[in-house]
Amino acid sequence: MSQRHIIQVFEQYQKARMQFVQSVADLTARPQNVEILQNAGVMSMLRPLMLDVVPSIQQTAALALGRLADHSDDLAEAVVKEDILPQLVNSLASQNRFYKKAAAFVLRAVAKHSPELSQAVVACGGVEALVLCLEEFDPGVKEAAAWALGFIARHNASLSQSVVDAGAVPLLVLCLREPEMALKRIAASTLSDISKHTPELAHTVVDTGAIAQLAEMTLNPDAKLKRQVFSALSQISKHSVSLAEMVIEAEIFPAAVACLRDPDEYVRKNVTTLMREVVKHTPELSQVIVNCGGMAAVIDYLGDCHGSLRLPGIIMLGYVAAHSESLAMAVILSKGVPQLALCLSEEPEHHIKAASAWSIGQIGRHTPEHARAVATANLLPKLLQLYMDASSSEDLQLKSKTALKSVLQKCTHLPALEPLLYDAPSNILKHVVCQFSKVLPHDSKARRLFVTSGGLKKVQEIEAEPGSPLQEYINAINSCFPEEIVRYYSPGYSEVLLERLENYQPA
Amino acid sequence: MAELLKIKSEAEELRKEYFFRNNQAEENRQKENQAATRIQCWFRACKVQAYLRHLHEKAIIIQKIWRGFTARARFRQMVKAAYFIMKMNFYNEMAVRIQRRWRGFFVRKSIHNFYARKSYLEGLSIKNELVRRELDELEELQKRERDCLDMIKEQTVKLYQAHRLHHLLSTKQCPGVFNSPFRPTPHETELLLRQVKYQAPTRLAPRGRACLLGMPDSAPSFPGSLGSPWIKTTRTCRSSKPILPPIVSKKQQGLFREPGEVWEQRVRCPDLTLHLQNSYTHLEETQNQLQQHKGTGSVFHHVSHSSNSFTQLA
Repeated sequence: MSQRHIIQVFEQYQKARMQFVQSVADLTARPQNVEILQNAGVMSMLRPLMLDVVPSIQQTAALALGRLADHSDDLAEAVVKEDILPQLVNSLASQNRFYKKAAAFVLRAVAKHSPELSQAVVACGGVEALVLCLEEFDPGVKEAAAWALGFIARHNASLSQSVVDAGAVPLLVLCLREPEMALKRIAASTLSDISKHTPELAHTVVDTGAIAQLAEMTLNPDAKLKRQVFSALSQISKHSVSLAEMVIEAEIFPAAVACLRDPDEYVRKNVTTLMREVVKHTPELSQVIVNCGGMAAVIDYLGDCHGSLRLPGIIMLGYVAAHSESLAMAVILSKGVPQLALCLSEEPEHHIKAASAWSIGQIGRHTPEHARAVATANLLPKLLQLYMDASSSEDLQLKSKTALKSVLQKCTHLPALEPLLYDAPSNILKHVVCQFSKVLPHDSKARRLFVTSGGLKKVQEIEAEPGSPLQEYINAINSCFPEEIVRYYSPGYSEVLLERLENYQPA
Repeated sequence: MAELLKIKSEAEELRKEYFFRNNQAEENRQKENQAATRIQCWFRACKVQAYLRHLHEKAIIIQKIWRGFTARARFRQMVKAAYFIMKMNFYNEMAVRIQRRWRGFFVRKSIHNFYARKSYLEGLSIKNELVRRELDELEELQKRERDCLDMIKEQTVKLYQAHRLHHLLSTKQCPGVFNSPFRPTPHETELLLRQVKYQAPTRLAPRGRACLLGMPDSAPSFPGSLGSPWIKTTRTCRSSKPILPPIVSKKQQGLFREPGEVWEQRVRCPDLTLHLQNSYTHLEETQNQLQQHKGTGSVFHHVSHSSNSFTQLA
């Protein structure tokens, strides 16, 4: 009788703990409850429960703790300060899989907020324990561990170096081969986070054969997996030419171009980012992408999307065009210029406009033919307007100015240059007049047109300092025309004529 | 004597003369000596000068010849050098001409080959068109596949509903809710209900849905979807996955029967087909149905079966 009573007391206590932990875990699921719970001192209550004898209580306490840490970085700091992490890490090695999952969740929630918190996780040996979890059989545990590692590696190079040093990369690559889609996704995203910091980290990822695995998965129908895969590939290829060449050699390219028509917009964006990262290194790599038709697809993609999704595409066009004259011509032939003009006029964001202006400058700076293509798309007045607009950001003004200058220095398409004579400031006008002074001596039709359209009159009205380059260009233009015409269009000529009339004495 | 005297006087005179002359001579001696010296001096000078002049003349001859010789030698050198330079200039010019031609040819041929560039750009635009078209086709295909999947899902849901509403099927005696006698044709749900084969639900919803998905009956109801490779893959994937036997749960205590059993009791229907729809091919049909029920239910088998029954009915 007495024994039963004693045991009953224990059972009651256990039930009460269980109930408490469960209701706390339920309450933490809602963000608005968190503050009240924190004020009620939930952290110090949960801490002993983490060491409870009953595994399910431990596990639920860990879940509650993870949810708390997930909500705000103050709470995550509190978790670190309460010294809960070493316990978690210790028990991560010994407990069952449900507990491991919950503990990995706590570590993830802590590490997610800031590099310092992640550093705290690393310092208490969390990374090694998580890597051990990656060797677990259960996919859920692996997923949670990979996720936590990804959050740790995301912050900076030294943290991801510590993840790599713990030997996580080969295991993550193995996770890519698992049948579970969620695990694959998270492994790919973690690899992407690891390789994004430095070329050395990217090399360690590549050395484990990750590229081949990732390249295989580009054909996977799952959109979220494809997002992560392309993001990982672009993070790998962004560092150096050799890495980009390795990515290209994995033969992803014609297939990846097809993903530009994926229904998921982030897949499309990541594919474009990948192309941008590959293309920026050398002309040969750009040539590979252009030859497999990636350029046309990206240009079509620019037409389909809006906002920041456009940015990688725009920059990719700029990179390709910057490499060589024929590649810039290829951009023009693939109808890239009208698309960029569309971006320049449609997008409200200044940084996107600046990127478009930069790309246009890269396309138009090679030869007169290129500049003509830019000029006929009516982009020069647009760029000028952006440059003159006081509300444009400084970067946009600078970019549109350099683009305008570099295009103008090659442009010989006079009809497009003529409007600029009227409303350009003197530093731009200099280049415009310079182009006129180069073309007019050799082209009689253009001279005629220049007079009849009123360009000559405008040139005479320009007030240039004597001896400045602008004045020299004006003189060069004037010397192409008969003196009478020049005088006729000079301002104040009618007064001179009238004066002569007054002085004239009929014989 | 006179003579003597004369001689004497003459001697005297002679003596005087002699003295005089001697005197005079003594007086003139220095002068004459100087004159003689001068004459000698002049003569000697003339002689030495003549000799020197002679030497000079000879020296000039030597110098003249030597200078002429060296100048000619130098001139010859200069001419040689000038000729060499001229030659080199000429050669260089010719070399430049050759190099110019060759370099122009080479660069035009291989590096900045206009025609190659032109054909490359043309090829590129063709390729771009091609890629665009292919991508459009691909997109279309993917869209169709997605639509198809949606349709299948919708059909499955409908089929499941029909399965649930099977009791509303009209009989020969009494038209059902969906088969209004005031309409020329029955409602489409009625047609669906006729297609669905009734199964007594042994388990509840999720299991029933899984059964329905795998049911061969659903295949001919949307024949358009069969062509898509997408569906094939899902189908094979599903059929290849073995359905695990259910885990035996703990028996409930008390007097209750199992829910499935109770359900079966509630919806147990008499074998309607025997009494109400006894066409003369009924026996064969039931046999076929039995076979189908027992067999793996492959599509081929089913198709052959349905065509068979069709011909018999006709």
